[in-house]
Amino acid sequence: MTRLHLGLALLLLLLLAAVAAPWAQAWLGTDPFAPDLFARYAGPSPDHPLGADELGRDLLLRLLYGAQVSLGVGLAAALAASVLGTALGLLAAWRGGWVDAVLMRLADGLLALPALPILVLLAAMDPAKLGLPRGEAATDMLRIVAILVIFGWVGVARLARAGALSLLATDYIRAARALGVTEARLLWRHVLPGLAAPVAVACALAVAGAILTESVLSFLGLGIQPPSPSWGNMLANAQEAVFEAPLAALWPGLAILLAVAGCALVADGVARRGR
Amino acid sequence: MAGALNLLLWRMPQMAITLVLLSLAAWFSIGLMPGDPVSLAMISDPRLTPADIERLRALHGLDQSLIARYLAWAGGVLRGEFGYSRLFAQPVWRVLWPALLSTLALVGTAVLLAAGLGIALGALAALRPRAAPVVDGLALLAQAVPSFWLGILLIILFAVRLGWLPAGGAPDAGHSALPFLVLPVATIAFGQMAGYARHAAAALSAELSRPHITSARARGAGERRLLWHHALPNAAVPLLTLLALDAGALVSGALVTETVFARPGMGKLLYDAVMGNDYNLALLALLLVALVTMLATLLADLAQRWIDPRIGER
Repeated sequence: MTRLHLGLALLLLLLLAAVAAPWAQAWLGTDPFAPDLFARYAGPSPDHPLGADELGRDLLLRLLYGAQVSLGVGLAAALAASVLGTALGLLAAWRGGWVDAVLMRLADGLLALPALPILVLLAAMDPAKLGLPRGEAATDMLRIVAILVIFGWVGVARLARAGALSLLATDYIRAARALGVTEARLLWRHVLPGLAAPVAVACALAVAGAILTESVLSFLGLGIQPPSPSWGNMLANAQEAVFEAPLAALWPGLAILLAVAGCALVADGVARRGR
Repeated sequence: MAGALNLLLWRMPQMAITLVLLSLAAWFSIGLMPGDPVSLAMISDPRLTPADIERLRALHGLDQSLIARYLAWAGGVLRGEFGYSRLFAQPVWRVLWPALLSTLALVGTAVLLAAGLGIALGALAALRPRAAPVVDGLALLAQAVPSFWLGILLIILFAVRLGWLPAGGAPDAGHSALPFLVLPVATIAFGQMAGYARHAAAALSAELSRPHITSARARGAGERRLLWHHALPNAAVPLLTLLALDAGALVSGALVTETVFARPGMGKLLYDAVMGNDYNLALLALLLVALVTMLATLLADLAQRWIDPRIGER
């Protein structure tokens, strides 16, 4: 079993768990969104396999629904960042000149800055002042995805640019140009497929980064707002209950750990395969 | 040394432009945050009439456009007038300075520990191939653990269960700061260690198979001397690159860790300032953090050129 397989298996397992949340709810017969004050900080039992949180909601079910949110945000942000980053990296490599210079200086600037304080500032913005509806779960997720993309595209763009630069200098590209292939088709058919491996590596790392950053923002209370569960805001609740229910802090963190490790293994595996 | 001067001449304007752009972006996103100081005054004093509110808005310059306010603010900062913090009712620099020192102490200790442990683990992996998978696994674990979760687990174990160390906060005057530093430093250092271990292992094992090592071994140099005197100085270059590239992530990590441990520092200050509508403090704290991060990157780059003068000559 290679790293790639191990990583993919881990991620698949987590995705399956996220998809299975409604069935688990039907099977356990408890509502993870309804408070049950008699079950506050309940320990593990047949009704609550992992126990219950400060409002008596089932931890296992919230963990599964949280997986939907955390993995969904992570994947969406990484996908958007990868598309944007690949396009910009390709553009920089193909166009060269001042476009390349501006884009890469921008990337350098973003890389040199500490991302989190800026994200905190951005996350505290009021979407209502931009004319967006406030406080709905879907807009909440979109907002976080947009914020994550601001820093997420940089890594992808740098790898895509480096790959495209070396591809654009090869003989087969020159041959294609000599045959009169249009530039758009050249980039789409002859350069883009060659970028699959570096972009896949960057994308896997971007998923890991997005899941981690989302959890940090939600932990600080700036990400996914309760009552929607996410692994980050579950940890924020758990930190306030270190005396009553220390175990509640274990599971969401473990879930983040597995997701990030899975992504890192996939990235590592793809990178090794390319060598 | 011409290379270093060149680097400085290149970097300085770049840093200045980054700071200006960042302050502009931050200014406008603050403009989009809910509420302003006058709306807070309105909540706390119901007797305010609309005329009073108009007057207050004019007094604070809130009736002018965002850009006009930005220019006025930036002009003040350039003249060295940093203004006051609304939250602490003190000059901003008097709030920022101790917070910066506290964060630097935290980050500095953590980086030293992480680099030391990471290099030791990397050397172990490079010298003993059988230990390599273990080091690899440990590095993967350290990379994937969310630092704030590790912080919570450490609090539960060492502060709640065992009661050996304080769960967070700051020491009272006259008490040692050391116990308060242990858990936050461990939290940051564990995550940072991964990169150093991985890069040290790769660089050292590449270095150890090069001809100058074989030649030194043939002349009878001991394995320990080979590692520390012949391989490590060359392997230090990628490690410094890592430090330069990671400065931003390191500072971000320190900010979260400070929040977990309720430790006074730039992270908590920035968070409180953003949450408490303290525009001026939030903005200057953000710029200060960015400046310090970029200076750290610059320092790492300079150190790299000092260790390997070939870098500047390309």
